[in-house]
Amino acid sequence: MNTVLTVAGKEFRDDFRNRWTVALTILFALLALGIAWFGSAAAGRVGFTSFDATLASLTTLGAFVIPLIGLLIAYDAIVGERDDGTLLLMLSYPLSRGQLVAGKFLGHCGALAAATLAGFGLAVAIMQWMQPPAQTLQAWLHIGRFILSASLLGACFVGLACLISVQTADKSRAAGLALIGWLASVVLFDLALLALLVVSGGNPVERAVYPYLLLLNPVDVFRLVNLTALGDGAGNDLLTGMTAHHDYSPLLLGLVMLAWAVLPFAWALFAFRRKEV
Amino acid sequence: MNHAIEFEALAKRYGALAALDGISACVPRGRVIGLLGHNGAGKSTLIKLILGLIAPSGGRLEVLGQSPWRAHALRRRIGYLPENATFYASLSGRELLDYLARLKQAPRGQVTALLERVGLAHAADRRIGTYSKGMRQRLGLAQALLGSPELVLLDEPTTGLDPQASRELYRIVGELRADGRSVLLSSHLLAELEPHIDGALILRQGRLLAAGSLDALGEQAALPARLLLRPREDAASGLLVRLDARGLPALLRPDGLLELQVPRAGKLPVLRELLADPAVADLDVREPTLAQLYDWLGAGQHSMAEACA
Repeated sequence: MNTVLTVAGKEFRDDFRNRWTVALTILFALLALGIAWFGSAAAGRVGFTSFDATLASLTTLGAFVIPLIGLLIAYDAIVGERDDGTLLLMLSYPLSRGQLVAGKFLGHCGALAAATLAGFGLAVAIMQWMQPPAQTLQAWLHIGRFILSASLLGACFVGLACLISVQTADKSRAAGLALIGWLASVVLFDLALLALLVVSGGNPVERAVYPYLLLLNPVDVFRLVNLTALGDGAGNDLLTGMTAHHDYSPLLLGLVMLAWAVLPFAWALFAFRRKEV
Repeated sequence: MNHAIEFEALAKRYGALAALDGISACVPRGRVIGLLGHNGAGKSTLIKLILGLIAPSGGRLEVLGQSPWRAHALRRRIGYLPENATFYASLSGRELLDYLARLKQAPRGQVTALLERVGLAHAADRRIGTYSKGMRQRLGLAQALLGSPELVLLDEPTTGLDPQASRELYRIVGELRADGRSVLLSSHLLAELEPHIDGALILRQGRLLAAGSLDALGEQAALPARLLLRPREDAASGLLVRLDARGLPALLRPDGLLELQVPRAGKLPVLRELLADPAVADLDVREPTLAQLYDWLGAGQHSMAEACA
């Protein structure tokens, strides 16, 4: 475990050194504040309005941005070392391949989670200070859930990036695959489901299966975790329409989110152990 | 346990390609052994096997008394300098060694001493990205020495180094030997390597062509010695004719020297004769070099008794 933490610590510090963490923190904070301030501009108002509506918009935005960032900070975790010629050196040290991948995964996840916590946390703190929401405890719960699920979503895509990194022969191919992975999970998957829904004309069997199909995409699970908690009023109409107001158990959603955070990483671990160097 | 590395019928195949084709040899402890061969000879494969990064397809391999495949703890006792070593450019030399020392569970106090030993103390806190090739190679050597390893593997360590830096590197290799450590040094710079190694393993296309001490290998190959004669003025042509009649055809070089090859066994009588010859102003004996041995092995289908290097 010490070895894993040593590698993780180095990756975490590298992300700071490369300004990744700081840039992300600022990006998250600016996005959150921007959405909160201008979120109701369409209705002819600016300024902090509904806290729930802000969080719903943040969820939609996070579902686009966090997977991309998770992929970007980790797609070269292994293939980059292979390209640079440091992989052989690292593996000549007394650590297993599993420990190397695990350390990299943990380090990048840690950096992403730190940026999420700092960026969104900062924005929320400012919003709280400017205009405290009515039910403070409830609001903090929503924020906590958002930050935690965003970190898990990040972990899922950092794990996917590690998997791509283990399986590809060079950095440019890994970058290409990472972008395809992002496009598939953020855009194409939902489009395909929508098409299916339209084509099937909403027959009862498919309508029953449909809500569970959404669980196959971690990005949708992230949306569900946050939006179902907020309720219809503030939520994303498209998503609530797609789920046909299915009643998801929060425990199930939490477990699926957790599984998604671990699965791609576990696959990467397995694949790397069998790889020739 | 006498040997740092010992292998028997060791094979590594990648599909139909035999990267190593059942080779047997050993590297005694406390010796500096050269690992020689052209590209694709199997040197890197052997090094990866010794490090336990790949599994052998057949045969037996023991490193410091145990099988290295996935033996992570064993690597604490081995130091390795990869060919064309590159390191994390954004770290400083000291940060890199600190990180690697933690991974190897080596005393952190070694870091400063090692940086001094390889002459990098002045640049310890500079980013590795700003290091010259030679400095990176010296940093590579420093990391290979972390944790005072019993076995040090150096893969083409002098590639890209200037002569001064190469001498420094071989000085440290000499210190390692004096300290009782075993060193396996892969290189293709034979002439440079020769004075610094006790023996050699010579590979070609996955097979072991020769293994043993340099003297023993030279003896076995029975390569001729080269003699260089400086004839007295106007005596060159006469000397050439006489040598030819004696069955020793010589070559007149552009620099005016006569070069001839003498079989190892008959060297002494020929030398006596030439020393007594008034036409010879000066005489120089060149013993067969490792490079010649290498060429000789590479040219034909010769193979030498497989033995300890």
